[in-house]
Order: sequence, then C-alpha cells, then structure tokens
Amino acid sequence: MTIDPKKLRYASTHEWVDIGSDGVGTIGISAFAVKELTDLVFMALPKIGQKVSASQEFGEVESVKAVSPLYSPVSGEVVAVHEELVDQLETLNEDPYTQGWIMKVKLSDPSEVSKLLDFAAYTAQCGE
Amino acid sequence: MAEFAGFEMPIQYSGIVAEHNATRNSVGLFDISHMGRLRFEGPRADQLLDHLLTRRVTDMQIGQVRYSLMCNEEGGVLDDVLVSCLESPSSRQYFLLVVNASNRMKILHWLQPHLADFPDVTLSDVTEQTAMIAVQGPQAVDLCQRLFSIPLDSMGYYRAKVTQQMGKPTIISRTGYTGEDGFELIVRADDAQRVWENLMLAGREQGIMAIGLGARDTLRLEAGMPLYGHELDETIDPIRAGLGFAVNLKERTFIGSESLAKIQSQSLSTTRVGLKLEGMRAARQGATILDSDFRTIGLVTSGSFSPTFNQPIAMGFVDAAVAKDGANVEVDIRGSRVSAKLSPLPFYRRKSSAK
Repeated sequence: MTIDPKKLRYASTHEWVDIGSDGVGTIGISAFAVKELTDLVFMALPKIGQKVSASQEFGEVESVKAVSPLYSPVSGEVVAVHEELVDQLETLNEDPYTQGWIMKVKLSDPSEVSKLLDFAAYTAQCGE
Repeated sequence: MAEFAGFEMPIQYSGIVAEHNATRNSVGLFDISHMGRLRFEGPRADQLLDHLLTRRVTDMQIGQVRYSLMCNEEGGVLDDVLVSCLESPSSRQYFLLVVNASNRMKILHWLQPHLADFPDVTLSDVTEQTAMIAVQGPQAVDLCQRLFSIPLDSMGYYRAKVTQQMGKPTIISRTGYTGEDGFELIVRADDAQRVWENLMLAGREQGIMAIGLGARDTLRLEAGMPLYGHELDETIDPIRAGLGFAVNLKERTFIGSESLAKIQSQSLSTTRVGLKLEGMRAARQGATILDSDFRTIGLVTSGSFSPTFNQPIAMGFVDAAVAKDGANVEVDIRGSRVSAKLSPLPFYRRKSSAK
C-alpha cells in the first residue's frame, strides 16, 4: 500500500496522519520536515500501549543540526511502533510517507482530525 | 535561512554532513561577511590595540596575524578577535581587527572612550563596504593559487597580505575556523559575488561546496575552537577557557591584565574540556555534566553530532579537579543519562600543516 501525501492530514508541526477505516491513524513526518532537518542521526519512539494526546510530544528526532520534538497530531493509544526506522533513518529521506511511518495510534477522538491541515493548507504553510 | 547578527545566513546549502566532509576532504567556501571588520590607522594605532588586547600588538610586523582576546577589567572575555598588521598599496601601515558579528556593536561602543585617549587613531568600521570569504580544506591552497599571482604555498600560517584577485583588491590571510588549512579573503562588497563565483568555478573539479553555518559549527567544534556565547562570554576568563596561550602578561599592562595576573596565579576552579558521548544523541548547550556518582560537575557549552567521528561530541566546563582526559562522566540530555568520556581538545587535528 502506498500512502499519497496529497490525501493526508497534517499538523502545523509537520507530522502527518493517515486515518484508516479501522479508526487507526498512521503517523509520520513530512518530506518538508525531513528536508529541513537533514542528516538525521537519532529518533526516540513511543512505546506500544502509551497514550498520546493531540499536540503533545510523543518522541524526538535529532539531526546534526538540532533536536526537534515530535508532536502527535491526534489523541489515542499507540498500537504499533516502527522500531526498525531508528536504525535506518535514511528511509525518511527516500520515502517519509509509506516506508517512513513512525507509529500507529487508535484514535480516541476522531473529531480532532478535522482540526488538522489538508495538503494544500500544509504546503501553503511551508511556503512551497 | 536564519537571521544572525542582522545577516540572513543559510544554516546549510546542501546538507551539513556533505558540506562538513567536503571541507575535511577537499575544499569548502564560506561566506563569512557577517564577521565585523574594523580598521585602525594612525601613528599610535598599535598602542591603542596593545592597551585593549591580551596579546602584544606593538611588536607586530607587517603581514602578521594574531589571535587575541579583548577583556574587561575583571578579565572576562568581551570578544575573541584576529588582529592583522597590514600595509596598504600606498604603503600605509594599518591594523585590521576581525570581531564576532554578534559583538561588533558592543565592541564599537567599548572602543569609544579609548579612542578618545588616542586622538591620532582613526577607526573605520569597514564591515558593510567589504565582504569576507573563507576557503578551507586540504585543496584550498591549490585552488587559491590558481586565482592569485602571489605564491601562497610559502605563505605561513597566521600571515596576511594585501594583494589582488583578478584585479580586485583582496586581503588574503592564512587563517580559518575549521581546523583545516586555508585562507580568509576580504574583498570589496561590490566584488564579492564575482570573487565567490571565480572560486566556485575554479574549485568545481575538486568538488568545492558552499558551506553554511551548520557545518561551520561542526567543523570548529571538532577543531576544539571556542565560539563566543558558548565557550566564551563576559563571565569567563581566557585562562579558564584554555586560551592562556593568547594572554601575554610579560612586561605589559592592558585592560584586564591585573585581574588575569591574579587568575593565573590561582588554581583553576573550572576548565574547558572535550567530551565524547556514547550513542547517537548530541548534548546541546546547557546540558548538565555529572560524575559517576551523579553529582553535577559542569555544563555543556556546545555539542553536536560529529560527522568526522560519527558520534556526538561536545565541549563544556567542569570542575578542574575532575578534568582528566579519559575520565568517565555522565551527561543529562533532556532527562536521560548518557555516558561520556572527557577527551583532549582538539578532537580533530589535520595531518599536514602549513609552514
């Protein structure tokens, strides 16, 4: 399955979420964020079962340039974590959407999704 | 782009690691026009500067460059600078002081009362009418030699000359802030773009890259070079910062010399150290350094992932009593403890050096 960035919803803090029919959101960071960070060296992931809240920090990503918190675009419980990603952060440069997913969250409040940006609004924010 | 001391500066052009490696392995080009450039001229210009700088200026010969500090009365560092003794094409001797961009206005202000004591000295802030470009890396000499008619290989380290590049007046000095061989060029602002393009074109085969602020920071960190606002500020004296080599107290007085003499005669409380960290997370400015019993012994002042060593490195200040190379310490990185070893500075030293 390929994730189309045009169909995703975005937080202004550069995380994307893809809402599945099962009420589970797949979450990652945008190509714009990866390009801005570049040279990623470390990522701290959440744990399965952990509760995350919209706009709250769930992990961090570190590049040679700086460390940046990762904010969850939605609230819910973490049901899957992309553990292998930590050892192959270059995946994020190649494919930040399909291969570069970070975690899956069972949404506790699906109405939050409507507050997120669509692709057009997000790219406008990035000035691209 | 990031705003830095009033200049719009790129953090990176193509990527910090690629730019860093290009400088270490071949050659990198840096637009460092943000650095402050102050020109002092007049019969007693050397005496004025000698009164303000931690190193002797009155014995400087034309063509010499010295790294020095400017201190307050308490011995705290106002700025770290390069002072060059130069001769204009019309055979007039003058001094050029290169100061940190972030300190330029402070230093100009600091100079005012002292200038009043030396009425025959004129100070011109030439920062905005000139530009500054650094060419750094093992290929820097070869590259620059193709663009300059004066012999560069024989030019010593910390030497400077007023010359020209394809008819454009240029001050060239064998100095830098990367730990590599290379030059810093000062040209007229109107000529800067042409000089930059000439260098980029001439270095194409060598894989020259434009280098942003990000790699400038990782390069100087590996080279153990202090950055004002991190390893240096007005509460830090040069001795503690490990810059005693740039303080000459012998038979001279200057602003701060009394305090520095006192500091030098006492044992150090804290001192600047290098750290090599385990794992991949970098310790940034402000991270706490702890001993193996988790007692706080110091603070990180700069830290980053090191592209050359492929591990995080940092500089900081720790209690002098525990500052032993190889000592095991812990660093608190945003709430988690990471093991680290104190490491001698610089982390990186290039193999061959200039004459």
